[in-house]
Amino acid sequence: MKLQDAIRRAGDGQRLSVTAAQILYRDCDLVKLGQLADAARSRQNNDRVVTFAVDRNINYTNICTSGCRFCAFWRRNGHPEAYVLDEETLAKKLEETKALGGTHILLQGGLNPDLDPAWHERRLQLIRSYGLKVHGYSPPEILFFSERWGLSVVDVLKRLIAAGLTSIPGGGAEILVDRVRRAVSPGKASAQQWMNVMETAHGLGLRTSATMMFGHVETTQERLLHLFRIRDLQDRTGGFTAFIPWPYQPGKETLQTTKVGATTYLRTLAVSRLVLDNVPHVQASWVTQGPEVGQLALFFGADDLGSTMIEENVVAAAGVTNRLSPEQMVRLIETAGFRWRQRDAVYGSV
Amino acid sequence: MPFSHLAHDAESAQIGGAPEEVLKRIKDKALVSVGSKLFAGERLTAEDGRVCLETTDLLGLGSLALAAKRARFRDQAFYVVNRHINYTNICRNGCRFCAFHRQAGADDAYLLSPEQVAAEVAASSSMGLREMHLVGGINPEVQFSYYLDLLRAIKRACPTVGIKAYTAVEIDHITRISMLSWHDCLAALKEAGLDAMPGGGAEVFSERVRARLFPNKIDADTWLAVHGAAHRLGISTNATLLFGHIETPAERLDHLLRLRDQQDETGGFKAFIPLVFHPKNTALSDLKAPVGTEILKTISTARLMLDNIPHIKAYWVMLGPKLAQTALHFGADDLEGTIVKENIAHEAGADTARGLSRSQLEDLILEAGCRPVERDTFHEPVEAA
Repeated sequence: MKLQDAIRRAGDGQRLSVTAAQILYRDCDLVKLGQLADAARSRQNNDRVVTFAVDRNINYTNICTSGCRFCAFWRRNGHPEAYVLDEETLAKKLEETKALGGTHILLQGGLNPDLDPAWHERRLQLIRSYGLKVHGYSPPEILFFSERWGLSVVDVLKRLIAAGLTSIPGGGAEILVDRVRRAVSPGKASAQQWMNVMETAHGLGLRTSATMMFGHVETTQERLLHLFRIRDLQDRTGGFTAFIPWPYQPGKETLQTTKVGATTYLRTLAVSRLVLDNVPHVQASWVTQGPEVGQLALFFGADDLGSTMIEENVVAAAGVTNRLSPEQMVRLIETAGFRWRQRDAVYGSV
Repeated sequence: MPFSHLAHDAESAQIGGAPEEVLKRIKDKALVSVGSKLFAGERLTAEDGRVCLETTDLLGLGSLALAAKRARFRDQAFYVVNRHINYTNICRNGCRFCAFHRQAGADDAYLLSPEQVAAEVAASSSMGLREMHLVGGINPEVQFSYYLDLLRAIKRACPTVGIKAYTAVEIDHITRISMLSWHDCLAALKEAGLDAMPGGGAEVFSERVRARLFPNKIDADTWLAVHGAAHRLGISTNATLLFGHIETPAERLDHLLRLRDQQDETGGFKAFIPLVFHPKNTALSDLKAPVGTEILKTISTARLMLDNIPHIKAYWVMLGPKLAQTALHFGADDLEGTIVKENIAHEAGADTARGLSRSQLEDLILEAGCRPVERDTFHEPVEAA
């Protein structure tokens, strides 16, 4: 296939083949790729509006048995910096979130064998008692619970839903190719397991997002494979609200790779929007890219700026600390020529 | 006209996209007519410039600026192995946007001797140094001979290095203390080793802005006259615009048009460098720094309006490497240089590195899909070592 054919297909809104996506990713001009992605964004949602959420990332523990090579956040049990969040601290964080107009908590943590179902249920109930929804537990955590608690994935999810879980974040997907996962996160869910958890969750009516952490050991072909796996699953379930690609941020003590630059980020974002014709929202990662490039992402297929993140720990642990207040978020959206709308964890209006 | 061959050049049509292919993807109708003029080789008007600065079709504007950049330089992106040295931070101008200047006698005020500067240059010569960028404050205690001695000391320490030194603001001051005309003063500096002049001190060519932010600095007419005099002596120069503070889009545009007029007359500008205002530690710290879209739109507009200035720089110190790299797709063709130790933007809170290595610059360019070309002070490609 020639580049011109791939451009024409993308421009006409035709579903992209792997070959077409490959050609666009490799050969299409950055600006033109952005224009194609922008047109695709207009086909999928209101092209004058950019959304964002006000929420807080709460990491209930940093103790983790997974030991992923890209992660600067986890600690071994017994390490001086290891923690499990107590109820009092959690309550204080919830109060602050409520006071700042937050709608939900992004609740994630390490794979900590000491925390039983009752521990989690109490946390979920506490969060809900503040009138906050819970966007929580990425698939690797759900799988870990299933193994530790001796319950099926569906039963784990049912228990968590009964205790207050409202949606699931798309974390832990990294690259959904087992060759890559064996290299960077051998202790974590396989690609198929990750997708099974999402499919099960969608079957129970939970909406979820999906992520892709790229720019480490994967090939561009494997990035595309990731996108097509998400697209296939979405064809079956329709449960994904949003896709969030973000480049790996090498920390001091984690896997050393060449950091992905802005142009690669924007290309990847645009191709994500073009391939994922069935996922309504694509989120810009200002946390890894900074506010300037985060704003530019709105022209390369993104229609959402993520969250103001009252608290963020995981990327910060790798030494990248970008901060945005709701006012700054609104300024970025308005100066780019869009209207803003605050959303909840599943992209509903607030 | 530099763009007139665009419509007929099959190869650039291929790499930049055929004109009709570019025009059809532009969403803003007003921008389509600007694009049509561009591809027809017509010079853009002030009204066209206004359309460019005000459009919300960032990518449409970028696609035009990219076409204009490619018509000149195809996929090349330039950089220079250089070093910035600020010979003094003592300055009597006290511009409100500046965080670098100090009063004489302040604890951290300094003035480097020609020997100190020469030692720094010698220390950098092993890295393949091609250019010294030398600017400083308006320090009333310095004699005319000092400025000549600095140039001579650098040339002695490293005869092959190109010297880009002294903004028009400094030249105006040096001329006064030399008791010479601009022409004779510049000729003396050239004789001592001055190869090119940087574009600093232009700020915004608006009397309204000058009166409020830098009343002690030379006005637009003087800045332009100094550069004109330099051009007539065969000294090539750059031009800047400090944007994103209190200036209006109309004032930004007027600045570009005045540069274009000057260039029509004297032709010595090699590069235009849009400088992003950084508010921290300045008297204007309550202002917000301009956002990414505004920065790219200004770069693209500059490429389109300045049809007679060959190079548009994405100065990575002020843009950050991410935005600078992206700007190569929005009309810029040059990332400036290795710099080694930048002071002025960093005093104003720039959070970028203070220098980049040659390979870091090349990697940024390659990742952006461009071809890195090392250049010298005169913007000529250098032979690979």
